[in-house]
This record gives sequence, structure tokens and C-alpha cells, in this order.
Amino acid sequence: MGIERDSLPSDLAIRVVDLSKRYELGVRARAHDTLREQITARARSFFSAGLRRTTNTHLALDDVSFDLPRGQVVGIIGGNGAGKSTLLKILARVTAPTRGVVHIRGRVGALLEVGTGFHPELTGRENVFLNGAILGMKRTEMVHKFDQIVDFAEIHSFIDTPVKRYSSGMYVRLAFAVAAHLEPDILIVDEALAVGDFAFQRKCLGQLQTQAGSGRTVLFVSHNLGAIRLLCQRCLLLQSGRLALDGPADTVIEHYLQLVGERNAANPSGPRQPDAGEGFLLHRTVAGGDVTIFCGEPLVLEFDIESLHPPIDTTVGIGIKITNPAGDPIVSMDSVVQRAGYIKGPSPRWSVRCDLGRLPLNAGTYFVWVYACVYVDHTVKRYAQFSNALAIHVLEHDVFGWGTNLPRSKHWGPVYWAPRWQMRPTTARGNARTNAAPIPSDVPETVACQDYSGS
Amino acid sequence: MASARVTTIQPAHPIFDLDLHSLYEFRELLGFLIWRDVKVRYRQTVVGVAWFALQPILATLIFSIVFGRLAGLPSEGVPYPVFAYTGVLVWHFFAQAVSRGVNSMVAERNLIAKVYFPRLLLPLGVLLAGVVDLAVGFVILAAMLAWYGVAPTGAMLLAPLFVILALTTALAMVSWLAPLNVRYRDVSHTMPFLLQIWMFASPVAYSVELIPAQWRWVYGLNPVAGIVEGFRWACLGTTPPSASLIGASVAGVLILLAAGVIFFHRMERTFADSI
Repeated sequence: MGIERDSLPSDLAIRVVDLSKRYELGVRARAHDTLREQITARARSFFSAGLRRTTNTHLALDDVSFDLPRGQVVGIIGGNGAGKSTLLKILARVTAPTRGVVHIRGRVGALLEVGTGFHPELTGRENVFLNGAILGMKRTEMVHKFDQIVDFAEIHSFIDTPVKRYSSGMYVRLAFAVAAHLEPDILIVDEALAVGDFAFQRKCLGQLQTQAGSGRTVLFVSHNLGAIRLLCQRCLLLQSGRLALDGPADTVIEHYLQLVGERNAANPSGPRQPDAGEGFLLHRTVAGGDVTIFCGEPLVLEFDIESLHPPIDTTVGIGIKITNPAGDPIVSMDSVVQRAGYIKGPSPRWSVRCDLGRLPLNAGTYFVWVYACVYVDHTVKRYAQFSNALAIHVLEHDVFGWGTNLPRSKHWGPVYWAPRWQMRPTTARGNARTNAAPIPSDVPETVACQDYSGS
Repeated sequence: MASARVTTIQPAHPIFDLDLHSLYEFRELLGFLIWRDVKVRYRQTVVGVAWFALQPILATLIFSIVFGRLAGLPSEGVPYPVFAYTGVLVWHFFAQAVSRGVNSMVAERNLIAKVYFPRLLLPLGVLLAGVVDLAVGFVILAAMLAWYGVAPTGAMLLAPLFVILALTTALAMVSWLAPLNVRYRDVSHTMPFLLQIWMFASPVAYSVELIPAQWRWVYGLNPVAGIVEGFRWACLGTTPPSASLIGASVAGVLILLAAGVIFFHRMERTFADSI
């Protein structure tokens, strides 16, 4: 077992041994430490020795160890405060650890934030060079890649304009373009993809994928589990500073989602604050916790919405979004858009029943997001969002009686559907080869397809 | 690739491992930082480069009226305005370097919180960017020399030496004060006051001849006294500074700098946590 602390075998890019990082909250919390405060604090702790600052520290990383082979693409996931960013900061040498050792082979390119060091007064061109130098690129390298960077950022005509006149989208594109062309031996990326419009995010993801494919070691922190699943073979799960799980990305993500689901279900009856917007609370009734159903079973969602400002003059619509584990929406519904109901009146608390019927979901885990949207003059003025309000675990089941379970959503996508098929030998082109047996004209139009197992 | 350098990250470094290697590796960044500093400083101003020239000129004007005319201070045989200007020029260069250097960490806190590079580059960049200002001021000095008909001597060639000494002294100060400023912002609040006192403790507006001979050595403990005197001597051919005093202050500054760089290097590893 015991990892050698002092060496890095040649097939490894990174070796992390017993890494810990302790923050002194007293120091961190106060942005403007003054000498006077420090002196009085010292004096106070001198006189009250014994109950010293032990309670004022926070262990952001706690004995984390792992090895990273060269060329591996590894995702790091975990909730807020799990220590992901601290780990990356130490690997990027932005801050020093409190205990432990890290060995890193080769040049590290760390992208902890997009556009660090961009100066608003300088032009796009000047910032490309400045930012490149900050990220550790050589000047010759940047001259060589300059056109590629500008192409990637799509800002040709603005390259000699000061970036303070850029739109935020252009700014971010240029900043990412520089970073995306950094070609270090080890690339460390923190949430940098959570910027820009959707199309550009795709492009960045593609660029990362290319880098990952070219044998570069990549460490990638993201809340976007879809991106992690797409890019990474391996995934580390951090929980309160500890390495909770280390394994294939799919397994770790699945485990993490179960944890998240558990956490949401831990307080099934208490009201929940929205994670975006305000003014509403979500109460889950006994029937409103996480549900497990078989594929094709009908499902009814029931919960209470409490309005902190009773909607006397406004109309409140209820929205439901069902997402996959990565947070990508699968289907959304809205009671007002549907002209099917709304909340209006003096009562502060409303019970909502949403009969989803038989949602055609394949086996897998899904999340239900609940929205309370305040409509004024037929437009949504504000809304409260309860993400991952509950999880739906859909189990495999032979919905249609085909003699085989429907496949899991992982391979077949989230939705099942049974279309009507027809297969006939073609005669129009003369010699089309016949794969299927001719279907006699007396066979019913719906043909049950039987071989689902092979794919 | 296989032979790529292995970096080891751990809580404590050996005290004399100053990681000069990565300082060298990031030398291009130093160039960019200097360039950015100069560029940004003058980009949004109307008079641009003239700004730096203006401040010493105004100070010289005031000194000439108050100390030259009203108090009638001696100026070692050269016209008082030229005498004062040379002192102000090198003093201003030093004072700006120190106060900008001390604030250089806090000014770039985003950078420090998000990117690794040897932190010493920030004050170094600020200090070296000041040389551009000094060069502008030097052109004014040349004009003044011509106007007042003061012929430069061969000692002029030694002027850069005193500029380098001023830079070294500033860096020594900054290597101590900038890390402290990251933790305690009191430092930057104290700087203007401290520099004000320091200026009057240096022969900027007056001649060192005003100091009683038996106290000169105490006075000479201030390294800036030697720098100002030496720079003035190099430019105007006034009384040369005492070689032994200069030697002593160079030694003192170098010790301060060496210890300061070690101190800086120990502190820089956790700048990101407390900035």
C-alpha cells in the first residue's frame, strides 16, 4: 500500500501524498487585518491561553492522497466547500499546503479563472500577450499561436480595441481562447467552462477534449457532471476535504448523485428555501419525497408551496422541470403556459398536485426541479427555483410486454418510445437485397421488435 | 517529456532555497509587467509622459522658493534649482519605487489569488517601470544643465551606479514591507508619512554640508543620503560622498536585501490565503 513520499515514478504526472490544508478563519474572515487588531488579539490570547484559536481553523483538505498517471483526464467533483478549489490551488502553486507533499512532472498550466490579469485599458492584442505570459507561455509560442487564438475567440475586428469596450461575451471568449491554447504538460481547469454562451461552451469543451486526447494530463473541476462524464475517464469525489471516492467517472458520478439525492431527502418534511429567487418555500408532503417507480408506471407529484407574500394581485404559475443527473433538462412543464391552473388568493400555502401520467422515462435517475413563477401582465416577473427538489429513480421494466426490459437511459437516452414500424422489401430500385422477410399483408401494422438485448 | 522537471510542493522550503530558477523562467513575464505598467500609466492621461516630469519640477519650484530664496540655503556652488532638482529626481524615483512596490501585491490581488508566478516579479516590475520615469526626468535635467550652463563632468558616467543602488535599496525595503502589507494594511497607510520624514532626513533640499561633521557618520547610516549625494555629485560635480560611508551603506543594503528576499519567499507561499 504505502506510497513512497519522496519519489515520482516516471509513468506518473502527479503524486499527492497526505495533503492537508488548514485555513485560519480568523485571518481569512477579516479582509482588512490591521496591526492593532492583531496585537489586541495576541494580547487576549496570551491572557486566555488554553482556549486558543483551535476552533478558528478550518481543514479545507484533509489527508488527500492519489496518483495521476501521465495522459489521464481526471474530473474532481464534490459539493461546495468540499475542497476542490483548494486542491487545485495547491497543485497550481497558488498557495502552499499545511501538510503533505505533491510531486508534479512537467509544466503546469492552471486555469483557475478565465481572464485573470486582463487589463481593461489594454487592447485585445496586448492582453493576449500579457495573459499568455501570466499563464506561463513563451513569447515565441504566443506569436506562433496568435492567429489561432484570435480565430478561436472570433473577435478579429476588435483585436486592437481596449478590452474595456468589449461585451462580456467577447471578453470571456478572448480570455478562454488564450487559455485554451496553453499547451502545458498538465492542465488544471476550475469551473472555467461555466462562462460564455452555450455554443462557445461547446467549443471550449471540444478544445479541452482535443487537449485531453493528445496525451495531456488534465485535472478538471466542474459542477457540470455531463462535461465530466464526457471528458474524464476517472473521477475523484471530495467530501469535506477528504477523498471520498476515486474510480471510473461513471461510477463516481452515480455515487455522488445518490449522495446528493440522500441529502435532499434527509429533511423530507421541512420547508426548503429556493436556490434561486425568493418569496416562496417548498414543503414536501409525505408523498412528495424521492420516488422509485418502474418504467412506465404513472407518477403523481405532490407538494405544498408557501408564498411569503400571498398572491392577491399576482398570478403564480407552477413549473416543473425534469432533468438528467447532469442537470440537462429533459422535459419542462408550466401550469400557466398550459393554461391549466395557477395560484392566486390570500392563502399563504397551496397544495400542488401534478399528475405526470406515464412519463416515457427509461430506467435511470432523474431530478425534479420545481419553480414558482410570479406572473404580472402575462409575463414572468420573478421566480423561485428549487433545484433537485426530488429524485425519481426509474427501475427497469418490460413496459410493453415484449419479453425484455427496456434498456437503461444511459445507453438509449432518457425517453422510451414505441413507434409503429413497417418493413417491406423494396422493389422500386429493382435489385434491393431483402433483409427482412416479406411481411404478409394480414400482419397488424404494429410489429413488435424483439431483439433489444443485443445492443 | 519523460525528462520533464519534477516540481515538489510542500509546506516548508529549505530556508535558502529561493527558487531563483523559476524567477528566471518567468523573466518574460517581468518584461510584460514592466511594459504594462508603463503603458497603462500613460494611456489615459492627457499629458502622458510629462506627468512624471511635472511632479519633481513642482517640488523643485517649491524648494527653490522656500529653501533657496527665503531660507537662502547653500547649494555647493551650483544654482539652487539644479541642485534641488537632481536631489528631488533621484529621491522621487526612490520614493515612488518604495510606495508602489509596497502596494504592488495588494494591487494585483486577483492575480495572486488565481495564478502562480514568483511573486517577487510584481514589485520588481513596478520598480523597473520607474526607470522609464527617471529617464524622462533626466532629459529635463539635461535641459536644466544647459540652461544654467553647468558642464557635466566625467563622473556623470557613474550616475547609473547610484540609480542601481537606489533600486536595490528600494527593493530591500519592499521585500520586507510588501509581505507585511499583505497581512497588515497599516503599512501602506504609514508609507506617505514615513517617506515624508525620510526625505527630510536625506540631503534632497539641502546640502549635506549643513550637517555638523561629527554627526555625518550617523547621518550616513541612511543609505538614501549616500544615494542622493552620490547622484548629485555624478551629475553636477559637487562634493563627492565619502567612499567609506557609501561602502558601508551598500553592505547594509545588501544584507537587508538578502534577508528581505528570504523573508519574502517564506511569506509569498500563503499570500493567496490572506490577501
